[in-house]
Amino acid sequence: MKETVLHDKHLALNAKMIEYAGFHMPVSYAGISEEHLAVRTSMGIFDVSHMGEFLVEGKDALPFVNRLVTNLITEDTSKVTYSLMCDEKGFVVDDLLVYVINTQKILLVVNAGNIDKDFAWVELQAKAFEVTARNLSNDYAQVAIQGPLVKDNIQNIMGVTGDDLGFMTYKVIPFGSSHVIFSRTGYTGEDGFEVYGKPELIREVWDRAIQIGVVPCGLGARDTLRFEANLPLYGHEISDSINPVEAGLNFAVKLDKDFIGRDALVAYKEHPTRKVVGIELLERNIPRHGYPVLKDDQIIGVITTGYLLPTLPTPVACALIDIAYAEIGTELFVQIRNNKVPAKVRNRKFYTKKYNK
Amino acid sequence: MNIKEGLLYSESHEWVKVEGKTAWIGISDHAQHALGSVVFIELPKVGATFKKGDAMGAVESVKAASDVYTPVSGKILDVNKALEGSPEMLNDDPYGAWIVKIELSNDAELKSLLNAKDYQPLCEE
Repeated sequence: MKETVLHDKHLALNAKMIEYAGFHMPVSYAGISEEHLAVRTSMGIFDVSHMGEFLVEGKDALPFVNRLVTNLITEDTSKVTYSLMCDEKGFVVDDLLVYVINTQKILLVVNAGNIDKDFAWVELQAKAFEVTARNLSNDYAQVAIQGPLVKDNIQNIMGVTGDDLGFMTYKVIPFGSSHVIFSRTGYTGEDGFEVYGKPELIREVWDRAIQIGVVPCGLGARDTLRFEANLPLYGHEISDSINPVEAGLNFAVKLDKDFIGRDALVAYKEHPTRKVVGIELLERNIPRHGYPVLKDDQIIGVITTGYLLPTLPTPVACALIDIAYAEIGTELFVQIRNNKVPAKVRNRKFYTKKYNK
Repeated sequence: MNIKEGLLYSESHEWVKVEGKTAWIGISDHAQHALGSVVFIELPKVGATFKKGDAMGAVESVKAASDVYTPVSGKILDVNKALEGSPEMLNDDPYGAWIVKIELSNDAELKSLLNAKDYQPLCEE
């Protein structure tokens, strides 16, 4: 099993550890609910060094990345762009963040579980362009510092205020003996920063954050927070058999530009058949990933993620269902073990995001 | 990890307390610890009958659902309804927080369960 550069620190903090995407990762320290609430009301830090980083370089870097991903990537070197990579059928290879360092040098940040698959895909597509792609996943460590109090404390950690950075922008800043990527991004629905850099620098960022009382948070809270903020997770709301239109990610799919999978998505949009909707249970139980969704005893879909969240009294979920039943208020059932639990379709806004726009 | 003397244990980390033909079943300290904070419990219906090894209910943390298996066959005489409102009792007092009371239909099954000493090695990670 692989270890991140912060592995020894997780063990020293007595974290509950699990295997995730081939890494030995902390799932929680004090408890998922406690960590979730820390990020919503104060601040938390996550080790996300398992994420993958690819560097695309060459004369064609910008046109290549625009062919590769669904969102529009511009020459703006301060912007971070959320996007998807699709195959020719429009299914999702992965979702990712795109950092344009310059028009000939672009950083792609991908999911840990997809690094090998994604890099093979990027290399294959790169053949038609004057670019080279390097998988630098082992060279970059990364932490996410998230929560409403982060903006008032980040200077004590990073030495800069970040006041000049709006949500989804970044800059490279000097830190310690070198530089780090300092990015106003995250996966929690809360204001905060993500920092990428060499292992020893990220260890220093982690130590300083813990020292000033930022709460260490594991993958458990990372998932409840991203779900509550309606952010998709690969293998759940998006996958190699779910397209971004079904997943409700149209904001990141620019059909007026050319990209791999565009034609399939244009055609799908004419005749959509499925949709990821919000679900709330009308009885107390927990709807989990993979549970069938029923209407009149027919299976019409499946739960993609569901929780009894620490912040909401009602059990809620996202489900990929037949679009005929996707209207808000539609009454359904979720099959939970031997019980058919009544549920209804609702919006996916379980939480109002608190970004620094 | 606390393993209470005088109880019988299953390999799936339930405990059984026997009095005559009646048994109380709960989950061990090791089980609650592995699960983390319990936020939901699904109890069986009173009067339902189960065979040894059947899933009779479930306990769930924020992260995961875990079936609760009955280590003995029998009919459910009572369920601990208080756990529905306060599932965290399973964390706070695992040997006090019984889940079901069951009427044993086959005493001989008790012989296949472990005493505290023999259960101990199953709790080592």
